[in-house]
Amino acid sequence: MDAILLQVLNGLDKGSAYALIALGLTLIFGTLGVVNFAHGALFMIGAFCAVTVQRILNLSYETVDESQTDFLGNALVVKTPYVEAWFGAETGGAIIDWAVPLAILFAIPIMVFVGYAMERGLIKHFYKRPHADQILVTFGLAIVLQEMIKYFYGANPIQTPAPEALSGIVNLGAIIGMDIVYPVWRIVYFFFSLLVIGGIFSFLRFTTFGMVVRAGMADRETVGLLGINIDKRFTIMFGIAAAVAGLAGVMYTPINSPNYHMGMDFLVLSFVVVVVGGMGSLPGAVLAGFLLGILESFASMNEIKSIIPGIDQIIIYVVAIIILLVRPRGLMGRKGVMEE
Amino acid sequence: MFGMNKNDTTMLLLVAVLTMLAPFILNPFPTDSGLAQFNAGYPDLMQRFVIFGIFAIGFNILFGLTGYLSFGHAAFLGVGSYSAVWMFKLLSMNVIPAILLSVAMAGVFALVIGYISLRRSGIYFSILTLAFAQMSFNLAYSVLTPITNGETGLQLTLNDPRILGVSQTADGSIPVTSLFGMEMRSTYEMVVGPWAFQFNVGYYLSALVLLAVFYLSIRIFRSPFGLMLRAVKSNQQRMNYTGLNTRPYTLAAFVISGMYAGLAGGLLASMDPLAGAERMQWTASGEVVLMTILGGAGTLIGPVLGAGFIKYFENIFSKINESVLHSWFSALPDGLEDLLVTLVYPFVGKGWHMTLGILFVLVVVFLPGGLVEGGQRITTWLRSKKADGNKPTSTTEPAE
Repeated sequence: MDAILLQVLNGLDKGSAYALIALGLTLIFGTLGVVNFAHGALFMIGAFCAVTVQRILNLSYETVDESQTDFLGNALVVKTPYVEAWFGAETGGAIIDWAVPLAILFAIPIMVFVGYAMERGLIKHFYKRPHADQILVTFGLAIVLQEMIKYFYGANPIQTPAPEALSGIVNLGAIIGMDIVYPVWRIVYFFFSLLVIGGIFSFLRFTTFGMVVRAGMADRETVGLLGINIDKRFTIMFGIAAAVAGLAGVMYTPINSPNYHMGMDFLVLSFVVVVVGGMGSLPGAVLAGFLLGILESFASMNEIKSIIPGIDQIIIYVVAIIILLVRPRGLMGRKGVMEE
Repeated sequence: MFGMNKNDTTMLLLVAVLTMLAPFILNPFPTDSGLAQFNAGYPDLMQRFVIFGIFAIGFNILFGLTGYLSFGHAAFLGVGSYSAVWMFKLLSMNVIPAILLSVAMAGVFALVIGYISLRRSGIYFSILTLAFAQMSFNLAYSVLTPITNGETGLQLTLNDPRILGVSQTADGSIPVTSLFGMEMRSTYEMVVGPWAFQFNVGYYLSALVLLAVFYLSIRIFRSPFGLMLRAVKSNQQRMNYTGLNTRPYTLAAFVISGMYAGLAGGLLASMDPLAGAERMQWTASGEVVLMTILGGAGTLIGPVLGAGFIKYFENIFSKINESVLHSWFSALPDGLEDLLVTLVYPFVGKGWHMTLGILFVLVVVFLPGGLVEGGQRITTWLRSKKADGNKPTSTTEPAE
């Protein structure tokens, strides 16, 4: 029982990342009808926003401290981050410690801008072109973004630790009398993703802007005929989708040190998630994200691996193939989406 | 000739001349000059030109004709490589059985994967092929290690049985791949003044195979079968309404292009008897898509051009480092030199992928027909200019 619950939890954090990326992909697909292969790159850029914030906060000046000496007997050079100098050692230290959560504030405007620029600069020219062209141009764009990050940040993974208070482990099972030890940050990540997903859904459900966007997703032409500039709203939705992917990336950095190809690694799986969930269905994307994340972690249990060796490597693809063949529209796909 | 019209014959002859004379054409700079690093006339690179040319020609039969975008073709390349290496391990070092097996194995895989994937079209087809390819890649890395040797990659060893050959040569080393005694790696070097031209057996074998499969692809393009595939691309629904089942045609195209990929994989393994799982990764599938698009999807010569173009720049661009750049711009004033080097550096050497990505985006945006379309546009432009030149020049351009 403990083991099963632990696997469910293990699946949740990966599932959260899948769900967030798939949600963004579906938003873009549902609104603009574009298959965005550069979405993984947006996830990666988000992660590097966190790296950047951390580096900025750690910018420091050097002073020579005569009272201390290093092991050679020279005066010790002490590095003091500017933040600590300005806000005092305690507050400054706390700010540096909380770099990753703070990066959220930094990442949102950047990601919205990146998404906006991408849509206006490149993708808007591709609405009338076939899906193959869209895939190809966003694929090329993904390569460019990836290489830019590689040029500025190098090819090695960069450690970005979570805040001290949230980086330990906690025994979740203690409440219900079981023994389930789990890292705190992953729980934070799960609730964070729920928050973002809830935010997006309520934004679409309860605001006028969201209502117009939903109307546009259902019938773009009619909304246009009503005198609403639907293109502009869709562009903003692209920015929001980019921000969702970016936030997923920011918060993922303590779980996995970001490197330049992390986006590509997630992209393939997120596409599978979208297809399993049903192209164009937002709840489907979220559901499939968590489902596949949990399935993957179950498949990597030793008990299951001993029955079917290697199942953990392929489970997602096998599920995707079965779903596509049995339920071609995916779990919650709508009729008439991508069926030309 | 051979059932082709005049244009196609000219094109085939052109490709034949280009491939046969490639050691000369790709080696225009004397070895002692500073430009020698732009020479591409060494066996390893030339082999890759033609082998990836074959891969791209095959991919084009599927994508160019039917419009089905497969993101998993590298899986067939990998299957071909593994089969060929196993043939070298078990049977003999002759390349013919190895290549035959790799084509056959890739064909079987393509039949199974295609049969399932082709039930869906559009983006779903791309995702399905991608899923299959990633599955093969992951399996090759993990569970299938006894067959694929996992991360290390499949290699020849001294203990392989090689029923029809020898496990090891007289001097105790691993025998080399050959075609009836002609070793694939043997190279004849012709030195003319400062030039050194290299003629490699493996290259010429691959080039002959390329010509054969290029001829085959011309025949497929011009056949009723090819016409049917084009019809699938332009309007599959209408084909279905006329009561025609398009599935067998698309499946045949998928299997043929899978076999081309297997052939390319087998040749790769014949030139260098190694096979690793990274050949099957989806970025490798992306690369062949890139080659085909860059050259011009749906055209005959496009994929070959694209493959040559990408492989050339991969090798040459990635070799340019900072010191080379400095030597180029050394004639300029120091400040300007440093500025230019800093500007150019991110795009060459290790950063050549960036150039590739930018190029790719530009091609898809401005030249959906690839290099071939670019060439056509230039010729029409030149012709119209010529025609303009004949006209009286008194006509004035209207002001904007």
